[in-house]
Amino acid sequence: MVVTDRPVLTARRRRRITPLGTLGRGLSFAIGFALVLLTAPAEAAILPEDRSDVMYHGYEGGGLKVDGPSVLVRKAYKDKFSFWGNYYVDMISSASIDVITTASPYTEERKEFSLGVDYLHGKTNMGASYTNSEESDYSANAARFSINHDFFGDLTNVGITYARGWNEVRRNGDDLFLEEAKTQSYRLDLSQIVTKNFILNMNYEGVTDEGFLNNPYRQIRYLDPSAARGYSFELENYPRTRTSSALALRGMYFLPYRASVKGEVRTYSDTWGIKGWNAELGYVHPITDKLIVEASYRYYTQNKADFYEDLFPYSQSQNYMARDKELSTYFNHTIGAGVSYEFNMGWGFLKRGEVSLLVDYMMFDYKDFRDLRVTDVPPGQEPMYSLQATVVRAFISFFY
Amino acid sequence: MKTTMFKLLAIALLAGALGGCGSTELKPWISPYERNNLADPIMSFNRAPVSGAYMHHVHQAREGARGAEGGGGGGCGCN
Repeated sequence: MVVTDRPVLTARRRRRITPLGTLGRGLSFAIGFALVLLTAPAEAAILPEDRSDVMYHGYEGGGLKVDGPSVLVRKAYKDKFSFWGNYYVDMISSASIDVITTASPYTEERKEFSLGVDYLHGKTNMGASYTNSEESDYSANAARFSINHDFFGDLTNVGITYARGWNEVRRNGDDLFLEEAKTQSYRLDLSQIVTKNFILNMNYEGVTDEGFLNNPYRQIRYLDPSAARGYSFELENYPRTRTSSALALRGMYFLPYRASVKGEVRTYSDTWGIKGWNAELGYVHPITDKLIVEASYRYYTQNKADFYEDLFPYSQSQNYMARDKELSTYFNHTIGAGVSYEFNMGWGFLKRGEVSLLVDYMMFDYKDFRDLRVTDVPPGQEPMYSLQATVVRAFISFFY
Repeated sequence: MKTTMFKLLAIALLAGALGGCGSTELKPWISPYERNNLADPIMSFNRAPVSGAYMHHVHQAREGARGAEGGGGGGCGCN
């Protein structure tokens, strides 16, 4: 299983291939746009509830372990403003399939700070936030502005969000390498109360990227008869622009015995040729007033990017080349379960608290990404790769 | 060009929604006092913001798709 014909890269330079997949890509989107989740009010035309959350998060699977804390504090001021801050850390230890086949295992840490404010004026809620994320070879900044308004007897809520991200990409061990990537996002949210037990939610989001969009360490492989195993590696090269659109429809229904069921479908396409969709079903069931259990299932699938190949025919065989498994053809199933328990506090300003534990099990099956740990077969005949991962969220929330 | 198209689409959808809401023929069919069930915390699309944001981070880092994640909306829609 020992691979001897590796490209000449120092251990430091090749240590950083794939952690959170395309780290720059994934993280810049995460901080830029998952912020919507932290900032958008859960209820229309009211400020989010004052709360603090302390969460431990953990992901482990496919040789990758990522865990750390996330802390959110939110407090209203004069019933008009709600200020919030979030501190988030990823501690990464990676010996993933990419790392062990083309690089060296490594550890890494990423720290992220976010600050934001929501302002309520009548039936209009406006929000603004800023996020900074730092790691040894990637700096990401994002700003977000949103506005939403209640209409039609408060049965309809319409919101728009604009987010802008500007990121700096570096390469450890190469002081001369410095690239930029910019991201913009336009989002439209429409929420509609349909009946006294049923609510619908539609979201559209367009995202544009410009700049250095690939991972500076990841490599593609190509057929090389002169190599002992029949193939060699060289660095990826992606287009410098990308535009995507995603449309989601969600519904939630209140069941007669006090439980809720949630459904979601989402479609996605982009200018790199990726088309994907996902569907999710969730169920929340209060056992008592204090104890709530929940379960969910999610399916996701996509086809590969136009310039993705598991094995290219020769070196520099095309302008753009990728071998990032997140750009390949694959599907995954996720099953999740959780429990939360609410308790009264009455300690000073603290009204109540809640402890929660949620566990998800993810199963990825790749259709054109091969497992290069298998070396006793001709190039391109290796078995397809698959991985299973466990995701844990354990958190305590305080409301005041 | 694409960016401009997205902006136009967003504006068109918003205008359509606003126009529809301004109709005098269609009236809200659910009164505020009928929204108890919708106001129940179990009816929130984003009951735990930190937890929800993290799961979207997990998906975004491992999937090609991005955007239109859940989070907004839900709840009773009342002041």
